[in-house]
Amino acid sequence: MGYRTDYARVQQLGSAHEGVGHWWGQRISSLALIPLTPFFVIPFGRALGGGHEAIVATYSTWGNAFVAVAFLLVGFWHLAQGLQVVIEDYVPKKALRVGLILGNTLLCGAFALAGVFAILTILLRG
Amino acid sequence: MADVNRGNRPLSPHLQIYRLPMTARLSILHRITGAGLTLGALLVVWQFIAAAIGPGYSAFVDGLLSSILGQLILIVSLWALSYHALNGIRHLWWDMGKGFDLDFTEKANYVVLGGSVVLTLIFILAIW
Repeated sequence: MGYRTDYARVQQLGSAHEGVGHWWGQRISSLALIPLTPFFVIPFGRALGGGHEAIVATYSTWGNAFVAVAFLLVGFWHLAQGLQVVIEDYVPKKALRVGLILGNTLLCGAFALAGVFAILTILLRG
Repeated sequence: MADVNRGNRPLSPHLQIYRLPMTARLSILHRITGAGLTLGALLVVWQFIAAAIGPGYSAFVDGLLSSILGQLILIVSLWALSYHALNGIRHLWWDMGKGFDLDFTEKANYVVLGGSVVLTLIFILAIW
């Protein structure tokens, strides 16, 4: 049974102190993105080049706005996790690595929220 | 000390002289397309923010994104998204412990690579 205490075992965390949460996050977000991608890409692409009216017409319907909000939230979550792994792999200096990971998480969160706020503005203002 | 007697021993095949198999190259491509899609994500958010700000700025950003250069960047992003999605499905399959034998993997390389081009064309046709 090894030397781990019952408490450590029940936490499921292991020596890196964060367990498999990041791994599962990447898988769950990628699974959600499979159906979201076509339902986001096609309306977004169709509105492209049609100016302000086309974007407003597309995203003042609840269905398109819902898919776009879901796509941005899950997509930026997935992007933050993916870029974090890239940073962890290629930045050996700890202070820089931790700083980049923090900046990555904050920026991805900020862009996701900015996008969601913009979509809700278009939806509610019409 | 593992590093004490490092000098005279032969090195195992190294990245600089080892010809990477296609599976390894596609694995690198998965990471490149994933990181590269950061640009596409930012352009999408830019389009939404511009539309929320107002008609004038929205027309400006929409015009940039639908210019020749804008369309080129978006189509390359669409291909990167298609590739990353299809290869991602293969990764989920691998995560379940399936599809590891060489024969299957070699065939899946071409399915994923060819499929990414086909999926991009399907998206473009659906949008047009």
